[in-house]
Amino acid sequence: MFVLVVGGGKVGYYLTKELIESGHEVALMEKDRVRAGQIADEIGSVVISHDGCEGKYLHEAGANRADIVAAVTGDDEDNLVICQMAKHHFDVPRTIARVNNPKNESLFRHLGVDEIISPTRMILGSIEQDIPVHELLHLAALGVGELEIIEARLQPGSPAIGRSALDLSVPEGCSLFGVIRDGKPTPLSAGTILAEGDKVIAIGRPDCEPALRDQLIGEPEG
Amino acid sequence: MKAVIVGCGRVGAGLADELDRAGWQVLILDVSTAAFDRLPATFRGTALRGDGTDEDTLRRAGAEDADLFLSLTEGDNRNVMAAQLAIEALGARRTVAKINDPVRAEAYAHLGIAALCRTNLMTGAVLGFVGQAVPERPGIYAPVVEHTHAEDPTTGEGVTRSTEA
Repeated sequence: MFVLVVGGGKVGYYLTKELIESGHEVALMEKDRVRAGQIADEIGSVVISHDGCEGKYLHEAGANRADIVAAVTGDDEDNLVICQMAKHHFDVPRTIARVNNPKNESLFRHLGVDEIISPTRMILGSIEQDIPVHELLHLAALGVGELEIIEARLQPGSPAIGRSALDLSVPEGCSLFGVIRDGKPTPLSAGTILAEGDKVIAIGRPDCEPALRDQLIGEPEG
Repeated sequence: MKAVIVGCGRVGAGLADELDRAGWQVLILDVSTAAFDRLPATFRGTALRGDGTDEDTLRRAGAEDADLFLSLTEGDNRNVMAAQLAIEALGARRTVAKINDPVRAEAYAHLGIAALCRTNLMTGAVLGFVGQAVPERPGIYAPVVEHTHAEDPTTGEGVTRSTEA
């Protein structure tokens, strides 16, 4: 597999190193000559000291035969352009972009970037898991499409408490997956009566959230 | 008619002034307030400091539903992203993005964005001036596909359709 990595910051550097160790063919593009030189000294001649946003240099780097292009620079606009050029100009089958502003995720997805990694969103999700909130938690986004894994912790006042999990009217485009009670995962069955403190795990599109929130969170007390 | 201009450089400020004089409603954004010194005192439009690649900023500034959206900052990729945000999320009817790399400019014309390419404009101007043959490379690559943004009647979601122009 030939992977073209664009952006030689920390992410690009470690990604390239790991890919080489696992036996893949890799090229890393980094426009800063000094930084590119440092990386080349360490991991060898896979580094190309050119701007990966520029069509000419993408071509020289072999973008037209790349199986994957991973755009991991620190700038969202650069990562978007790298992926779009790879996809539309060089017919790269799979493009991966790092996104810093979580608000850009939907735009990138809409514009055809295959996979979107948002460190900001991941850290945010991890923080939200640690603080008591009455909201739904986003545990993870599923690679393709717009699905995400959502957790709802049933607080006092939730309309779902005391009801069977299968009786809830779940919005279309969303599916309840299971319940975590006292740290133990339990599959959903007609006999699963929801109780305070249960964590209900669902998979669905972001637009299902309001309906899901009504069903599982309700009007929180306090 | 409403125009939104991202980037208040010489070209951005000049176009803002001309469109304002022609009776357009003009909104111009730049990350530096000092850039607005380029606007003439007679300018009647709105000048706001802000990042034109940030959807929230653009919405707060009232950049939705522009008849014309011009992204003219010094970064090709910033311009590309602002223009695509304008089309996909803000309902802009027409966009022009400055893309100085001719390869990228041509590629984005195929994705429906009119691409203004200073490299081609200047190369052509200089060669023409000194009496040399001018290569046939456009100063503005017209969009090869036309984007129309509409609501999908079944889901109510916004969809963008591309048709060969």
